[in-house]
Amino acid sequence: MPVSTPIYMDSAATTRTDPRVVEAMLPYFTEIYGNPGSRNHRFGWESEDAVDKARRQVADLIGADRKEVVFTSGATESNNLAIKGGAYMYEKAKAGSTGRGHIITGSIEHKATLDPAKRLAKEGFDVTFVEPGPDGVYTKEMIENAMREDTILVSIMWANNEIGTINEVEEIGKLCHDRGVIYHCDATQWVGKMPTDVNAANIDLMSFSGHKLYGPNGVGALYVRRRRPRVRLVALSEGGGQERGYRSGTLNVPGIVGLGAACEIAQHEMGDEAIRLAALRDRLEDGITGRLDVVQVNGDRDKRLPHISNISYGFVEGESLMMACKEIAMSSGSACTSASLEPSYVLKGLGVGDDLAHSSLRMSLGRWTTEEEIDFCVDKVVESVTKLRELSPLYDMHNEGIDITKIEWQAH
Amino acid sequence: MAYGDKVIDHYENPRNVGTFGTTADVKERKDVGYGLVGAPECGDVMQLQIKVDDDGKIEDAKFKCFGCGSAIASSSLATEWLKGRTVDEGLDIKNTQIVEELSLPPVKIHCSVLAEDAIRAAIKDYKTKNGIAEDAPQTAEAL
Repeated sequence: MPVSTPIYMDSAATTRTDPRVVEAMLPYFTEIYGNPGSRNHRFGWESEDAVDKARRQVADLIGADRKEVVFTSGATESNNLAIKGGAYMYEKAKAGSTGRGHIITGSIEHKATLDPAKRLAKEGFDVTFVEPGPDGVYTKEMIENAMREDTILVSIMWANNEIGTINEVEEIGKLCHDRGVIYHCDATQWVGKMPTDVNAANIDLMSFSGHKLYGPNGVGALYVRRRRPRVRLVALSEGGGQERGYRSGTLNVPGIVGLGAACEIAQHEMGDEAIRLAALRDRLEDGITGRLDVVQVNGDRDKRLPHISNISYGFVEGESLMMACKEIAMSSGSACTSASLEPSYVLKGLGVGDDLAHSSLRMSLGRWTTEEEIDFCVDKVVESVTKLRELSPLYDMHNEGIDITKIEWQAH
Repeated sequence: MAYGDKVIDHYENPRNVGTFGTTADVKERKDVGYGLVGAPECGDVMQLQIKVDDDGKIEDAKFKCFGCGSAIASSSLATEWLKGRTVDEGLDIKNTQIVEELSLPPVKIHCSVLAEDAIRAAIKDYKTKNGIAEDAPQTAEAL
């Protein structure tokens, strides 16, 4: 079967909404359109029922009680609410003073974790950004070493969005519970892909998003633990008191219905899907690494999500490689396509050299990725890297035995 | 980022890719000027080589480039423009002309600057090897 291009290899950025999810959502635009907050009429009741059902579908997927699910606009909002709302609730000193409490997070977390943490650092909290090892994994020991008497909150993601590495979440959660510290986990790339049990993982707060699990954009959830311990947050959005007061604002009923439907589908299908995607991911990586020299798969090869692959290609530059592979929709490991010309902070955090961090591509697989598409990607990437290396003065030097790290380059 | 047609053309059909020998050979050869500018950690490295005849005319130019599409296009264009000029005329090529020819957006202007740097480095190398004063007068247009 010939493949149709462009091929979508950017499911870690966003997934195609599953048509079954869209089907489930449609009635909630034009038929059942009441505000679930309207308690006095049938329109409101029907919407409320739909939200209740979705809340149960979401809770079931993560092993939670449905009262522990707070609907938000997505994982960015969930992260902000968990980190800032958690810090303000458990602060040790009032706003305007210093020493308000210590927060631990990771240096290669998503910006939606790093930026709220940096905000808190400006507001009188102490924040430690823990560096990962070269395999990209956060261990319990790393977090334990950063713990202090006044630590109030730990935020470590379940799996990394650029390289897919999986952290020691259960152990980190246990450590936090033993120390009486609140544990927030950004599980955006994890939920709906891998089995999730918030109790087994000792998680207090967990963020995730609809559009990463074949649900719609603009809807997500924050899990907020109610027992052992009962976790509380200071709301960031105030008003009508929806979502137990944690997130005021009229509920996005079609979106919530879609998120619920996506969670239920994921619960049934993610087991087989993970096996299928891991096999395709391996086919992709084996195909590329078997045919090209000086390539490096970033992040631990085993402790990794099945659908994310991040590879560095020595002596070629990432943006030109993307241009050569224009039939493949993927993400540059570096942010070269934006105005900032900085290589990926995640790869730099792993100790990947600037030259390789500039030449890294993330391909992420999804529910509709086929073997034919993977084979096309392997051929295209191999052909493009080969072509660009014919152009690359650095590859010539490498082959002539010149160590390019010994050259005095003029940084510009 | 969307690229201009001329950038895509140079990127897909780069002109004058190559070298006049191994790095070690080229550094020895007096008829070849060698320029290597940029840095791998910045994401751009350009290598430009000019082959100069007895009359001081650039008879051939070759490039290699590690960099984005605009960097490849800028260096490819530079080789086209260098061929047939004298070494002093080569110095007339300005980054702004490259920006204009390739319609480079503001975030890619550094690629054209790098191409101009590569031209200057190659010509300087040629002049140094042949004992020609570096501060040879430039043409009026260049000033």
